[in-house]
Parts: sequence; C-alpha cells; structure tokens
Amino acid sequence: MSVRIGIVLFPGYNRDIDAVNALQVAGAEAQILWHEDTDLAGVAGILIPGGFAYGDYIRAGVIARFSPVMRAVADFAARGGPVLGICNGFQVLAEAGLVPGALLRNRGLRFVCKEVALLPEHLDTPFTREIAGRRPLRMPVAHGEGCYYADDATLDALEADGAVLWRYANDDGSVAGPDDAGNPNGSLRGIAGVRNAVGNVAGLMPHPETAVEAIIGSEDGLGIVRSLVVSAGEWSTTGRIKYTRPAGAGAAAGVSA
Amino acid sequence: MSTPASQYRFAVNVTPKPGILDPQGRAVEKSLPHLGIRGVTGVRVGRRVELTVEAADAAAARAVVDKLAGEMLSNPLMELFVVEALDPAGPAA
Amino acid sequence: MTAPTPIQVPLHRALGLTDEELDAIRGKLSRDPNDLELAMFSVMWSEHCSYKSSRPLLKTLPTKGKDVLAGIGEQAGVVSIGDGLAVAFKIESHNHPSAVEPYQGAATGVGGILRDIFAMGARPIAVLDALRFGNPSDARTRHLVDGVVRGVGGYGNCVGVPTVGGELVFDPSYQGNPLVNVMAIGLLEDGMLTRASADGPGNLVVLYGSATGRDGIGGASVLASATFGDQDPSKRPSVQVGDPFAEKLLIEATLELISRKLVVSIQDLGAAGITCATCETADRGGTGMLVDLDAIPRREPGMAPFEVMISESQERMVAIVEPGQWEAVRDVCLRWELPVAIIGRVTTDGDIVVLTAPNGSGALDADGHPVAGAVELARIPAPALTSEAIVFNRLATPPAKRRNAPAPGAPAETPDSLPMRGQDPGAVLLALLGSPNLSSRRQVYEQYDHNVQANTVAGPGRGAAVLRIKGTTKGLVATTDGNAPVSAIDPWLGAAFSVAEAARNVSITGARPLGVTNCLNYGDPTRPEAFWALAEGVRGLSDACIALGLPVTGGNVSLYNEAPGSAIAPTPEIGIVGLFDDIAIRRGPAFTADGNTVLLVGEAGPGLAGSEYARLAGGGDVDGPPSIDLALEAKLQEFIREAIGRGLVEACQDVSGGGFAVAVAEMAMWGGRGATLRLGVGDSPAIALFGESPSRLVVEVAPRHAPACELLARHYGLPVHALGATGGDTLRIELAGEGATGAAEERGSRIADALDVPVASLRHAWEHGLPRALGWEGGDDASDARADGAALPGLEVAG
Repeated sequence: MSVRIGIVLFPGYNRDIDAVNALQVAGAEAQILWHEDTDLAGVAGILIPGGFAYGDYIRAGVIARFSPVMRAVADFAARGGPVLGICNGFQVLAEAGLVPGALLRNRGLRFVCKEVALLPEHLDTPFTREIAGRRPLRMPVAHGEGCYYADDATLDALEADGAVLWRYANDDGSVAGPDDAGNPNGSLRGIAGVRNAVGNVAGLMPHPETAVEAIIGSEDGLGIVRSLVVSAGEWSTTGRIKYTRPAGAGAAAGVSA
Repeated sequence: MSTPASQYRFAVNVTPKPGILDPQGRAVEKSLPHLGIRGVTGVRVGRRVELTVEAADAAAARAVVDKLAGEMLSNPLMELFVVEALDPAGPAA
Repeated sequence: MTAPTPIQVPLHRALGLTDEELDAIRGKLSRDPNDLELAMFSVMWSEHCSYKSSRPLLKTLPTKGKDVLAGIGEQAGVVSIGDGLAVAFKIESHNHPSAVEPYQGAATGVGGILRDIFAMGARPIAVLDALRFGNPSDARTRHLVDGVVRGVGGYGNCVGVPTVGGELVFDPSYQGNPLVNVMAIGLLEDGMLTRASADGPGNLVVLYGSATGRDGIGGASVLASATFGDQDPSKRPSVQVGDPFAEKLLIEATLELISRKLVVSIQDLGAAGITCATCETADRGGTGMLVDLDAIPRREPGMAPFEVMISESQERMVAIVEPGQWEAVRDVCLRWELPVAIIGRVTTDGDIVVLTAPNGSGALDADGHPVAGAVELARIPAPALTSEAIVFNRLATPPAKRRNAPAPGAPAETPDSLPMRGQDPGAVLLALLGSPNLSSRRQVYEQYDHNVQANTVAGPGRGAAVLRIKGTTKGLVATTDGNAPVSAIDPWLGAAFSVAEAARNVSITGARPLGVTNCLNYGDPTRPEAFWALAEGVRGLSDACIALGLPVTGGNVSLYNEAPGSAIAPTPEIGIVGLFDDIAIRRGPAFTADGNTVLLVGEAGPGLAGSEYARLAGGGDVDGPPSIDLALEAKLQEFIREAIGRGLVEACQDVSGGGFAVAVAEMAMWGGRGATLRLGVGDSPAIALFGESPSRLVVEVAPRHAPACELLARHYGLPVHALGATGGDTLRIELAGEGATGAAEERGSRIADALDVPVASLRHAWEHGLPRALGWEGGDDASDARADGAALPGLEVAG
C-alpha cells in the first residue's frame, strides 16, 4: 500500500502540480488539503509546496500561517508527524514558528529562478535519509524572499544541534557564503534548509519536487521527496520516525529568530 | 554655502489612490476572519518612508521632500502621498 | 446638479469617434445614440476591439488546417495534437499600457492573455514575452525595461505559469513606444474545448471574479466630466492593476466549471469589459442579452452606468449558464473565494439591453425578466458592436524613398572586406556577441520562474523552449520571433523572415510546427505609408505561412504605435508552437562531443541591410537586405526534421541574428567546446560570416552519419558543405576565398586571416553584454563586469 502524503493548498499556490508529480514519481499517493480544511484526512506526512500563498502579500507566508489548515498541521507536527515545507512552504513554517529562522528578501532584491547546487549536511535525518551521498544536488530555486536569516547565537545553536540540513554550494563544492556565486539570495552561512529541534519538521528554499526526472533537467530532488515518503510511512505504522528526538526534547535549540 | 544648514525630519506616507485596486489590502481583509476578527473593511496597504533633509530652512527642506515624494517615493499614476513633519529630535538613524 | 463646463468638442469626438462613425452608429440604431450607447460604441469600435482598419487584410490569411479546432475570431487558437489532447495558444500586445505604467502594463498583459487561454478550457502551461525598447543606455528605457521585466515576472511567477522564452530587443525606433507582446500556451483535453458563444435563450449570464471598479476607463472619462461635471482626475484612475492571486483562483474555478460541464460557454473580460464580453458572446450565439446593471458587483460606490459597462477591471469572466446549474456554479466560485452574480439573461432578439431599477435594487427578477419599473439605459443590436462594426478600406501608399532603394538581395555594392580596415573578424564576433541584442538574456530570464509545473525541458536562453507533456511521449516547442529591421526596409520581406525564422527555430529541434499566432505592431493606419507597411506585412505573413504549410490560428493587431514625431519599425511578432510525437528525438543547439563533423546546409546570399552587423558597423543603408526563397526554406525545414527524426543529427542551430559566426559561437559556448572549421567566403567574408541571409543551418553530426546527412540534404536540393570538426577550447574559422580581412590585407595578402577566439572569451563577451548595456549592477557578476567592448577599437555600437 502506498504512503499517503497531504499537500497543503493555499489560495495562490502553484507548485502543487510539481508536488503531485514528485509524489507520483516517488511512488506515494497525494492527498490535497485545502486551506480551510481542519481535518488532515489521516495522511501519513505533510508536504507544503511552493507558490504564492494569498499572493505573498504583506510578507511571504504571513497570511497563510493563520489559516485553519495550519492549526491542524501544527497539531500534526506536535504529535511527531513529518512535515516538509518547500519554498513558500518553508516561509509559512518559519512564520508559524515551526522551524527556526526567517526568510528575508533576496539580497539582489529581485526574484531569482535558476539552478543551484544543494549540499546535504547530514544524511541521517527524516528528510535526507534516501539521498545517495553527500554530493551537491542540482535543483532550481524560484523565489523573491529566500534569504535565510537568524541571529548569530541562533545560527551557532542550530549548527551545534545539526539542524542545518542543506546549504548552497559553489561550483567547486564549497559552501556558498552570502556573497558567493553559488548562493542565490544571500542566505547567512549558505543555509538553504533547516529542521526543527525534534527533527520531524523541515523547510528548504530550493525545489526538490521540480527536480525528480532527468527529462526536466535533474532528478537530484528525488532523494529528498523519497525521504519524506519513507519517514511518513514509518510514522504511520510505528508512530515514530527514526532520527527524531522525543517531542519536547532539545526545544531550546529551535530558537525562533 | 553661507547659511548654516539645519536638519529636518519628515515622514512620507504613500497610499494607493482611491479607486485603484489594492490586491494586498484585499488579501489582508479577506484573511481577517481566520484570526477571528470581524468588522474590518476598507484595508488599503501603503508604505511609509522616513528621512532627514539638510536645508537652509523648513520651506526649502519641505520642497525637497515634496519633489522626492512626487517623483520617486510614489507613483503618481497610482498613488497619493502625504508629507508629515516629524519632531526634529526624532531618531535620525 | 450644477451645469458642467461647456465642452468645445462634441461628445462623440471626445470619445474618439469620427463624424463618419457617428453617422454609421445612427444608421445602425435608426436613431441618435444616448451617452451610454455612445460610450459602448466608442470602445467596441476602437481599433483594438473592431479591427476596423485591419479586418479586410486579415481575411486574406490562410487559416485552414486539418488539426485546427478553433481559429481566428475565437479567444485563442486551438490545434489538436492527437490522443485526445489539444494545445491553445495566442499572442497579444499590451504596448500602450506598458508605456504608461510599465509594471502594471506588463503584468495585466500577462493576465489578459492567460485568460484568453483558460477561457477556452485549457490550463496555461507557458508564457513567452517579446519585449522591444529604445536605446538601452537611456534612463527612460532602463526604467521601462526594469518595470516591464518585474511586471512579467511579478504576475507570471505568482500565477504559477512558467515564462519559458521570448525576446528582448533594443532599437531606437521603440524609444517613445515600447512593445510588450505576450504569448501564452495552454493544454487541454479535446472535451474541454469551450467557445464563447451565448447559446440557449433563457440561459443565465453569470459574472465571476473580481468586483468591478473604475479601472481603465481611460479616454471615456470625458463622459464623466461632460455628464457629471466631475473634474477630479484622482477619482478616475485609468491604470489597471493586476492581481495574480485572484487570477490563480480564477484559473482553478474556470477549469473546474468547464470540466464539470456546469457552463455553456465562457469569455474573459478584457478591453471594453462587460460591454465586449456580452455583445461578442451574444453575436457568436446569434442571440441577445438583458444585462442587469444593478447586479454587477462593484468595488466602489457611485459608479456611473458607463463606468460599469466599459470598466477594464482585471480578473473577471462571464459564463453562460443553464438555470438548473446556477447553484453549482455559484458554489464553485465561492469555494474559490470569487464574487459571483447573475447579471443577465440570454434572449432571442439579438439586442444587448442594459437595464436598471430606479432604486438600483435589481432590474431582473429571479427568472431573469425585467421587474416592473425597470428602466432601459441602452439597447444596441449585438452585431452592430462586433461583427458588423464599421470597417475602413484605408489608403496604402509605399513610401517615396523605397523607390530608390535597391531590390532585396541586390546590394548596391558588395563589400569585399570587413568595413573596418584592419579589423580582426574575431573582434567583430566578440562585439556582436556582447551587443545589446545578441548577448545573453540571463539577467532578465532569471527573474522569471521558468520551471514551475515541472514540464520545462528547455527553458529560456538557448533557442526555442521545450515542454514535455506529462503522461505521454509528446512534447511542445514554442518560440517568438519578429524581424523589425528588415520590415523597416521591406515590410513584406520582414514578415516573411519572421515567420521563416520562428518556424525554423521549431524545426531545428526536430518538432513539427503546428500553427502561427501573430501580433502585428504597426503605425497609424490613417497614414497611407503606415497602412501600406501593414498591408505588406500581412501579405508577407500570408505568403510565408502558405509556403511553409502553416495555418494562422489567431493573433492581435496593435496600431498607432507612434510617439510624437516617430513611428516604430513595423514589427510583425510571430509565435509558433510545434509538436513532438516522441520528445526523445529532440535535439538542442549546443555542440555535444569532440570529433563530430560540422555541416553547413544552405548558402549565404548577399545583402547586409537589417543585420546586427550593419547596426554595429554601419553601411546597411546603402545595401539591400538579403532575399528569401520560401520554397527553399520549406525544403530546409523538412530536411532537418527528417534528419533529426532519423537520428542523424547531434545538434543544430540556424543562422539568424549575427550570422554564421554567431550561430556557431553559440553552439560552441553552450556546448563548452570549440571547433576548427574552414568556411568558403567567396569575395565577401562579411556576408559569409556575419550576414543574416535566411535558410541556413549549422549541423553537428557524428562522423559516421555525415555522409547520410549530406546525401539527405542533396536529396532536398540543398547545398551542403562539411566545414570541419568539433573539439578544443577555441573556435577557429579559417576563411577560404578571395576576400582578405584584417592584418592579412595590410600585409597585402589576398588570403584572409582566420577567426580564432577561445570559447571562454566568447562566453565572457556574451554573458556581460546585457548588464553592461543596461547599467545593471549584476550581483554576482558585478566585480567581473569588464568592458568587453574594449577589445574593439573603432567599433561604435549604433543605437
């Protein structure tokens, strides 16, 4: 039986098409969850895809975080269920305080859509476990507000906790700092994605769900999508996910910026 | 430069002209029920720019702000602006 | 009410109608129109809505094709691609609004063309934008480029349709009059095809989407001052603001309404708003309509009837709905959070009737019949506003100067060397690659989301865009091309070039072109020389489409593109969509491997006028443009499609802007490898290297396939030459022939110097040309933005 993953759909979302396709390629079943839904229909995991929730007006993600479905998602996360937010989904999770940090306007002040290299930092997490190796993954970014920001103390704590899951890489494989060519938006310490303290909620700016087939340029994103599917399957059958802490432990590391 | 210049601080409030569609204001208004807030209408989202002008006198400073507000800080086709003189001792940084 | 200031001109003229047109309106109505009717006629009889000048010309276009499901006159062309699928596509201009307010003009241009696509039942899958501006170093141009690019991106990115291609061209003729042409493509199952026809008297007219405000009242606002004495311009905004968030909801709601078969027909609201949508759908259905003015949801209080009827508020649609389906339709719209209202009923009498109740409480009852006391504000036969609108047979006169110009393809004097004495051909190539029109557009297209929806196989930047169709082996190819410099010299030739190049850009991927959409950007049709250019352009479009076997499935005409004192170069913008039955055969333009054979198919012809080389080097005005043999062009495209289909080709690029040298340089840069070639240049290296005569391809083939590919070309009657092999990190073109260039000439040698440039230098020039031209601080490239032009002493970039 295939694993059922809920795709949260806010008005103005558009990467839902990509997300449904990616789950299909990964052998999972997609269940659309509308922003007014308060019932998650028993899904095993949550994917919040990219787009422009509520047009991204005021601040990306800020209006979406108050929607009914986000209360249900927060409950789901608190029970230990796996939640992955991509691009706008990452912004929504950050606005809702479910992952640490904030996403600011790109340093270049323009929307940027290009292929980047994404370096997975740890392979022993619910969102990276199916990635084949620690080599740079090619996938697109497409956002106007993707500059990862947190204060230095928070960044230090996140790094010490192993909560930074992905960083942007330069062509030579080195981590792309805010001013480097490999960093599309000026993210501090090249951070492209992080997890919460428990480890069951993560967000990243690049689009693994758009990079799941060679014909559309890359299949490097499939490892991340598959990781979510495997973790979701594990959670729905055993009630917990390998590589996560019991809820409540180490919460101090998930300081909100 | 014979006259010693003084510093004057202003705020420029820019809002969409009446009648111009404001998608941001509309999205905010429509999302308010999610926060349990009722009875809020007519939301119009603009922006506020604060700045300090060095000029010989208040009128000269005001003229600079008016020009800046009309030509750059607002889009005269779609936006209105109101210039507000702030307490000169206000935060300049 | 106090008496308004008496106006000096009659109302109809203030609304842009001529005395002749007023007489025609009186004839249609058999009485004098009232002010509201006059306003409705003024917007519907505008050039934009009525095609009153171009209609006689457009009738001559070839429109038939066995796969065409919907063509000219529909909101977008629709062509079957087999297996129950079809593709909808159309290009449209938003030139004037973009000149006034570049961000919103471009944004609403994208929104408008997308609505044309999903109104047909198709999900929009791609946008291409063809942009033309004046001098890139000019401050106003930079402001316009920045605003338009942000607007295209701001709307397209948010609505979730990838911007996969387009053009960005600079030419002084667009200084006062930029062009913003947007093409959209949608995919549909055959069963979803929906036409905008108000069938079934008794059916309901339903308006859904955004509420109606005073957007885009524009010129008609004279009615407000004339009728209401309201002189406050701030209350009459004419700028339309786009809301891509609302459009995204509108797409989903519309496709749901169509797929659940809840609607009889759908039309989007664009120019002339509710007036246009109601009279066009009624006219197509041979019906009439009662329109209840009171029922139209408003954004603002106090709107006059004419403002409601002609408002161009964005993100609205009209559906014709059977009464039994109304509740289901309403529920779909409300679920997508869109205001929805019954605003009228389809009738049999053929008239558009606008009604109001005295207290504004609703002029129609629940069954759609007028309530007691309802007042008729306007009554106009629907055909009078649309299919029977006034048509002018304008006077066409060729310009006097043309009579002195050389015939196409017959240069006044064959240049026997590069114009700049002592000029190294490699330096000329670098100048071309770094020029505003040929350099990389990366800094622009990176602002557009070009891969959302996970279909983009080849995005912007390297030739035609390629999209896969999920769940099938099929793929689509899309391109826009327009040749204005040649059109400015010979509008027939320019239009033929534009069609040939667009089709060639599709064919060189291996795909079969399906059909043509066009946006004809021309000048004031009441000026005989400008109308002649339009007539010649349409003739060229028609001739080329017939020769290449392509139906014209739709398009748009934009006239009056004239700033005070200057008209744009006539610009026929051509959009073509092509089909792969099996996308696996696709070939790109980048060199793929070392040691492969490079073939040139086709031969250079004389004529440098209209080329990028002439723009840089000057001298084009004493020369003629190259000619085109449309039959040969058709053979060339058949050849390359067959060669790719048979697996004989590794990569292919056509010769266009910048000539052979730029084509092969692109293949080298994009493939990350050089080539060593030997090119016969006859007595004119400039023409062979940089001339833009059409119907030429550079083809990379594996050595074992070279004989078969050459044989196939000869079978099609095409000249073919093996030039050399790929490999190395330098592009080297040795020149064989009479013409001497550069230092060779100074030595008194008649043997030309070779063009010899490292691929890294080519890429550097190409990458930095655009940000330098626009003065953009290129972020990660800022420190690297050296002036490549420094390699070109003496070469002035004109324009």
